[in-house]
Amino acid sequence: MPGVVRVSSAWEVVIGLEIHTQLATDSKIFSGASTAYGAEPNTQACLVDLGYPGVLPVLNEEVVRMACKFGLAVDASIAPRSIFARKNYFYPDLPKGYQISQYELPIVEHGELFITAEDGTDKRIGITRAHLEEDAGKSIHEGLDRYSGIDLNRAGTPLLEIVSEPDLRSAKEAVAYMRKIHTIVRYLGISDGNMQEGSFRCDANVSIRPRGQEELGTRTELKNLNSFRFIEKAINYEIERQIDVLEDGGTVVQETRLYDSDRDETRPMRSKEEANDYRYFPDPDLLPVEIGEDYIEQIRATLPELPDAKQQRFVDAYGIKSDDAAILTMNRALADYFEAVATATDANPQVAANWVIGDLSGALNKDSVEIGDSRISAEDLAGLINRIHDNTISGKIAKEIFEAMWGGEGSADDVIEARGLKQITDTSAIEVIVDKVIADNPGQAAEYKAGKDKLIGFFVGQVMKETGGKANPGQVNAILRTKLGSS
Amino acid sequence: MMAGDLHTQTLTQLAQGLEHGHFTSVELTRALLERIERRSDELNAFVTVTADRALAAAERSDAARAKGEIEVLSGLPLVHKDIFCTRGVLTTCGSRMLENFVSPYDATVVERLSAAGAVMLGKTNMDEFAMGSSNETSFFGPVRNPWNLECSPGGSSGGSSASVAARLTPAATGTDTGGSIRQPAALTGTTGLKPTYGRVSRYGMIAFASSLDQAGVITRSAEDAALLLGVMAGFDERDSTSIDQPVPDYVAGLGKSLKGLRVGIVRQHFDAGLDEACRAAVREALAVLESQGATLTEVDLPNLDLSVPTYYVVAPAECSSNLSRFDGVRFGRRAEDPEDLLDLYCRSRGEGFGAEVKRRIMTGTYVLSAGYYDAYYLKAQQVRHLIADDFKQAFADVDVIAGPTAPTPAFKLGDKIDDPITMYLNDIYTIGANLAGLPGISVPCGFAEGLPVGLHLVGPHFGEQQILRASHQYQLQTDWHTRCPESFA
Repeated sequence: MPGVVRVSSAWEVVIGLEIHTQLATDSKIFSGASTAYGAEPNTQACLVDLGYPGVLPVLNEEVVRMACKFGLAVDASIAPRSIFARKNYFYPDLPKGYQISQYELPIVEHGELFITAEDGTDKRIGITRAHLEEDAGKSIHEGLDRYSGIDLNRAGTPLLEIVSEPDLRSAKEAVAYMRKIHTIVRYLGISDGNMQEGSFRCDANVSIRPRGQEELGTRTELKNLNSFRFIEKAINYEIERQIDVLEDGGTVVQETRLYDSDRDETRPMRSKEEANDYRYFPDPDLLPVEIGEDYIEQIRATLPELPDAKQQRFVDAYGIKSDDAAILTMNRALADYFEAVATATDANPQVAANWVIGDLSGALNKDSVEIGDSRISAEDLAGLINRIHDNTISGKIAKEIFEAMWGGEGSADDVIEARGLKQITDTSAIEVIVDKVIADNPGQAAEYKAGKDKLIGFFVGQVMKETGGKANPGQVNAILRTKLGSS
Repeated sequence: MMAGDLHTQTLTQLAQGLEHGHFTSVELTRALLERIERRSDELNAFVTVTADRALAAAERSDAARAKGEIEVLSGLPLVHKDIFCTRGVLTTCGSRMLENFVSPYDATVVERLSAAGAVMLGKTNMDEFAMGSSNETSFFGPVRNPWNLECSPGGSSGGSSASVAARLTPAATGTDTGGSIRQPAALTGTTGLKPTYGRVSRYGMIAFASSLDQAGVITRSAEDAALLLGVMAGFDERDSTSIDQPVPDYVAGLGKSLKGLRVGIVRQHFDAGLDEACRAAVREALAVLESQGATLTEVDLPNLDLSVPTYYVVAPAECSSNLSRFDGVRFGRRAEDPEDLLDLYCRSRGEGFGAEVKRRIMTGTYVLSAGYYDAYYLKAQQVRHLIADDFKQAFADVDVIAGPTAPTPAFKLGDKIDDPITMYLNDIYTIGANLAGLPGISVPCGFAEGLPVGLHLVGPHFGEQQILRASHQYQLQTDWHTRCPESFA
């Protein structure tokens, strides 16, 4: 990517992310209406969500718990007192004419996490704050001639907005950071992280400055980036664009830009001059959220093992490769699955890791199945690995058995039995076939004896063909060499 | 008891009449509806009269009573300020914006009073969105004072005060953000109670200034106010600012004498600016309290003179945000054939809101703007704390603080409406209680030039019991609260 090359030479990139995570509560942040996705428009909006005259918001306590969990997971401080504020602006999908958010006193502040930088080292990324707020509804413009439709199902859905420090120095780092947050919120069970449904999206603040300069350059804000791929592409495009502007002697305008994935470019949405004055002030309808040490300790006790710790433990306890441990721990369910397989086999846990990362993940991806719905249980995968380990089958046959298991033919033993795939380890049986193969191929046998060593592969292949792949390859090799006579 | 004079009775008296079978709720309701039909037009006190509904509710109440099912307010009529949402009934808030708004739900206050058996006769006129002190800002026209039809009944609960004073109803609900229950009560010779902030749920009460708004009642006696408060008060999980504190039996607490009651007098309350005749009436009332065993002490509220300017920053700020929901999109007035979104907003709101509401929205928007927030809104909040602290200090030494409710008796309609500052000063004695969240009550204490004067009693947080008891004891000794405008006798 040319932009990256140019960056590394003269320009330093500075990126901060604002991630909006939809919290996985059953009901909305300030009302009892359901948060389920995909209902008919306006069927999941009660009078509070509609902003009817006289209604009042009541805080859903579950969101406080979830925000605290997040705060603790990123080593942040939980504010003993945080305040909901009104952010005032008019928009048809904002029923009250203000969004209830947190402004001066957010619930979570001063957190951090570590990402693996491009050079392989750990890099600390600061988390400025995370605050609770309500989502707005949706405006729908397609298929409504001259009109806009308003769907308020999403209005009042709880969001945790996670704001990073401007510590990210490349699009890749931004993606690594966002993935990390994505992993953490799903580990904590506070968000489903579903990016297609908008449960996890981000805005990126991007600026560049001459390398070595202390002062930050003028930033632009990229809105609503809802896939890891688009984030990387949008940021890289924006870096390129800003370098072009500055190198042509221009100045970067502080503005909000929208990424168009079809054209792979960013376009201005609104500039600072038109920006709203949101007239934030504490919401008089809601009391301050007060959180005591006891509450925080109670929540701390419920925290699951987090990805970094789990990764380290997998390396230490199972001796698997660190990279593999990283992949396995990106998803809590996948990590649990691996662990179940690894503990149920006598084989080296690395074999279990290979199967889970390789064939199993491939099959899950191919059929778009979540690990939780895997067609092969951890127990059954362990069973398959055990049959390789005890020499019942070869690794090659195991692939076939895996396919059959994925296809619903039962456990490894079921498939071995049904298809007659048990490995042939009986020396006399193999000898019979070896004799036949040598007899059928006198020319090759002569060549081998004359010194054409590589023909051993041909003979092994023939024997395996005769046995339908079931002969133990090691035994076949040894018997062949004896029968053909070492050259 | 003759059906002909049922309108002269207080709620407490009517409750006894119903209990003893002197008349039925249907008879009582019919009598009052007839009186409303005959007399309300000259006052313009009602936006909506719910006659059919009321009679149906009265019939149900009588039937229930026959079966022995009796609630605290069974069969007793009352009216609601049109700021309270009433399911299936027009709820206008005195505004063209909500001219056709039928609420899909009941406010908690309405729900609790109905559940206790009360019969709603109708919805009363008010200043638009409760912004006004004279009832002249109502889209439905000003309410007239039954004591003098050329005068204002006060505001914003002017329809409630006028209808109680004119004996069209024994009681009315009201709301008080800066004096909107107590000032109209003073100007119409009725009893008006604003409880502690958080004592009564605000759910379903259309918000003006959320941190100041509080629901209360206008009645013809402190005893009736105590009866109604007992039903309305209490925690409501739908209002996070309502406070979870037990509700005492206010009526039972009325009997205690005033012996030893420490009454605080604020010197500034009697400075220039207070009408001479009002001063005399209030002084006289204080003397009565003293004669009943209360002791009078002077207390100091050093920051009191800052209360009006503070109020006129905080209240407009909150209202500018609270009224943003009236955008023509989901309910209320929507401009016809808007060209685009901005046109929809500008015309819907431009047509829907009156001048005073617009003035306050603009003031509020200004004080919350970037660059002005610290100088106005934040400063006002700080002063508000000072004022609240002043009261707290004062209540270390006294049980109630007494003074005039309003600086003058009822003024002529049209006299002040073009001069907002003079109008705002009408609430100079009442606003402090809102800023500090304290309970206050106005009770009739005499007349000035033939118009009623109110005595204002303020209590500490959750001190409703004290001010109701002082008012009741005072009313046992005096008959100002029983006086009726001659033409409405």
